[in-house]
Amino acid sequence: MTDFFKLHFFVPLAAVLGLVVVAYVGVQANLQLLFGVVVPYMAALIFIEGMVYRLIQWTRSPVPFRIPTTAAQNKSLPWIEKNLGEKLDNPETTKHVVGRMALEVLAFRSLFRNTRTELRQDPDHPEGARLIHWSYKWLWLGAIAFHYAFLVVILRHLRFFTEPVPGFVYLLDSVDGFLQFFVPVVYLSGLVLLVAAGYLLLRRILRPELRYISLAADYFPLFLILSIAITGILMRYFYKVDIVAVKDLALGLATFKPKVVAGIGVIFYIHLFLVCVLFAYFPFSKLMHAPGVFLSPTRNLACNSRWVRHVNPWNYPVKFHSYAEYEDKFREAMIEADIPVEKES
Amino acid sequence: MAKAKVTVPTPAEILPGISYKTPEKGWMDVKPDFRPGTYCNPANPKWLEWIGYPYPRAWHVTDEDWHLPSDWKETILQGMEDRLSRFRSLKLFFDICVRCGACADKCHFFLGTGDPKNMPVLRAELMRSVYKRYFKPAGRLLGQLAGARDLTEDVIKEWFFYLYQCTECRRCSLFCPYGIDMAEMTILGRELLSSIGINIEWTLASVAQCYDKGSHIGATPQAMKDMIDFFAEENERVTGIYTPITYNRKGAEILFVAPSGDYFADPGTYTFMGYMLLFTYLGLDYTISTYAGEGGNFGFFMSHEMGKRLNAKIYAEAKRLGVKWIIGGECGHMWRILNQYMDTWNGPADFLEMPVSPITGTKFENAATTRMVHISEFTADLIKHGKLKLDPMRNAHIKLTFHDSCNTSRGMGIFEEPRYIIKNVLPEGHFVDMPPNTIREKTFCCGSGSGFNADEYLETRLRGGLPRANAVRYVHEKYGVNHLGCICAIDRAVLPTLLGYWVPEVEVTGISELVGNALVFDEEIERTTDLRDRDLVGVGEAEEGVEAAEAAEEEE
Ligand code: HEM
Ligand code: SF4
Ligand code: SF4
Repeated sequence: MTDFFKLHFFVPLAAVLGLVVVAYVGVQANLQLLFGVVVPYMAALIFIEGMVYRLIQWTRSPVPFRIPTTAAQNKSLPWIEKNLGEKLDNPETTKHVVGRMALEVLAFRSLFRNTRTELRQDPDHPEGARLIHWSYKWLWLGAIAFHYAFLVVILRHLRFFTEPVPGFVYLLDSVDGFLQFFVPVVYLSGLVLLVAAGYLLLRRILRPELRYISLAADYFPLFLILSIAITGILMRYFYKVDIVAVKDLALGLATFKPKVVAGIGVIFYIHLFLVCVLFAYFPFSKLMHAPGVFLSPTRNLACNSRWVRHVNPWNYPVKFHSYAEYEDKFREAMIEADIPVEKES
Repeated sequence: MAKAKVTVPTPAEILPGISYKTPEKGWMDVKPDFRPGTYCNPANPKWLEWIGYPYPRAWHVTDEDWHLPSDWKETILQGMEDRLSRFRSLKLFFDICVRCGACADKCHFFLGTGDPKNMPVLRAELMRSVYKRYFKPAGRLLGQLAGARDLTEDVIKEWFFYLYQCTECRRCSLFCPYGIDMAEMTILGRELLSSIGINIEWTLASVAQCYDKGSHIGATPQAMKDMIDFFAEENERVTGIYTPITYNRKGAEILFVAPSGDYFADPGTYTFMGYMLLFTYLGLDYTISTYAGEGGNFGFFMSHEMGKRLNAKIYAEAKRLGVKWIIGGECGHMWRILNQYMDTWNGPADFLEMPVSPITGTKFENAATTRMVHISEFTADLIKHGKLKLDPMRNAHIKLTFHDSCNTSRGMGIFEEPRYIIKNVLPEGHFVDMPPNTIREKTFCCGSGSGFNADEYLETRLRGGLPRANAVRYVHEKYGVNHLGCICAIDRAVLPTLLGYWVPEVEVTGISELVGNALVFDEEIERTTDLRDRDLVGVGEAEEGVEAAEAAEEEE
């Protein structure tokens, strides 16, 4: 275990445990107002303002060049046909760019392309080894499971913040809970979230090259999300809290008529506090990949720079060696070599 | 030109020994090991003077003291701030990487060296860590814990080592879920290095020559003419068809711009002969320029600005000569630039006309504003319209596979045109693709792009080219492939060295060379050899011919 790993692994771990302790102690000290009302509002404020601030910061820098990664045949002669997949991988029109982005955001298109390459020892090979490449979908699967589970969990939480609860939340609820092997009904999304996040964490720790590149900023969100999932699951299935009271609190927050509700177990406050930290942390972290992917210039531009001019707002004139200077230098030799010149002497 | 001066381990020494183990120490504490063969030489100060770039001085990579300007640190940080404000890409790519590692085993330099800092994610982190330290509150506050570190001379040395171990091939950007493009960051990182006088000799010599004379190889107008006139005679000797060419001719319909590699050295020269045969066959009204005698652009390998300064000559010359439109030869980075940068840098080219093939009448709508057409597009269109009489049997001694160059693949997307041409100029069954994970958009780099053709860099180049060569070896063994085709002049310059090392049985050829072989002229003499003087199948012993050519090459 290198010192680098220890630093980047244990500090965030301690930080998340510390957050749990802070919430626990706070609630024991009857700071329900702080943890149930003040902190959530602060977190929401930081989240929104931070997000807006970061987006403005990014968009203040222009996109000087049209540099999409072309992942398929470009527009060419009319008889070179492109199927839909190729049109999305090398989009020529805005419509296809939208399609490409939709695939990236909804289906993690680029990650789906993932391959693994390995150096395999092979005595039959003159040099004793060769590279082999194969399609590798596990990371894609883990990532998709993780993100969709996260999304479903968030959407399901709307049932606390709305009255009446919108129909789609009920629908989600029943689909998510169709496996009824436990009371209360077990939501698959929570388990999937836990397993997928666990997989993402394990691969980080177990694969040497990933461990080598991973920073505290990579472990912290995983620890945080895992703790949120674990506290949530504990609360639902084991240390039950008063759901009616929770809804009361949540509705109060959502309708800007906040109130402190008595009789909610401390585990709830831990859960809520961790969620608040996640939201407040979001705009200043790598989690900004979510809005960031929409702005990525290698993905969100049409590959049309040969037939539609792309303007660089800071394009400036540069000095280049002019033909006149060139001819002045080589005129005699050019004349001698029968290369046409502008001035005969 | 590309024979080794540095001693390089044999393939059997390198290959099984590549270790992907990570070092004991964290990456911030590991310094680069500048061994001969694994770094590029610094640029000669005179080149910097030629082009008016800062801090010309003599320095050595292995010296402790690189004689950096006294304010180097401020220059770098200011330069970074400036680029953050001008390139959204840089800001975004610094901010949104999740270090998922999907890009890690995509880089040919990582695969060939096993050095973890050649994983694109870590290559980026070398710069990102400095960004965090000076531009992010968390980094300022928490230092290493936030992945931040001070900018020191050691960091500069590390940047130099690893930014010049990235060929700007964009393979990583293809697989990254957010399209984070290390090539973009490498370009900007090299700009920063250049701003404190750190440049490499191979690139700078080419840039300065191109700036001053007209091509990377530094040919004077008369020398360039000599070289190309010689091909006209060679063509006549082999085919009976003299293929004269005009230079700097005003009023020609088309300006043809090729990478200088194609008139400089074998096997690129055969490609150039192919161009000339094709154009003569068509009776095309075209000219080439000694002033804009370079399609390639090594300026792009040091900075966006220098790229623009060199690229500017093409439109300037097209305007001066009053041509209607431009055809570009087979070259990789040249075409990424023509596709993604040229119009933005130096357009609009409104003095040119919409390119229309004078032979087929095809309008090249895809080049409606740049007005520059790729030779493969031009040729494929001719073949499709049945305008070329071709005898594929003249390429029967060739069993081909095709190397998609990084730049034309991931910076343009030209895949079908060259394959269409190949299928028409080779006999049925003489073309096979390499395994799907190593071609088209997933293609592997030659390992020597972006200014790395230097001899002193041989070991790293051969390692970087390993994934490409390995796939070539596969089709060589399985299908008897004996030629690797490409539409890139750097490839034609460096792949012979690469394959000579890993798969010596395979030779390298441009696609227009194959067209030249196959073209049937009415007035031609009976062809007994291809453009390289190798016997055709059925004429003498083709097999022997190939062997003889190889033997001759080995002796060189
Ligand atoms: C537009 C929406 C989003 C897209 C397209 C997206 C995409 C991705 C992809 C492709 C990965 C890399 C694969 C992986 O490591 O799992 C990733 C990682 C991650 N995402 Fe998202 N994501 C989005 C939103 C979010 C949100 C809202 C969160 C919530 C907190 C989040 C949390 C994470 C985390 C923690 C990781 C890193 C996992 C690890 O360390 O291995 N993402 N995301
Ligand atoms: S694939 Fe993209 S997000 Fe993942 S580590 Fe590489 S650069 Fe970062
Ligand atoms: S651009 Fe190519 S060489 Fe550079 S880091 Fe990415 S994969 Fe490696």
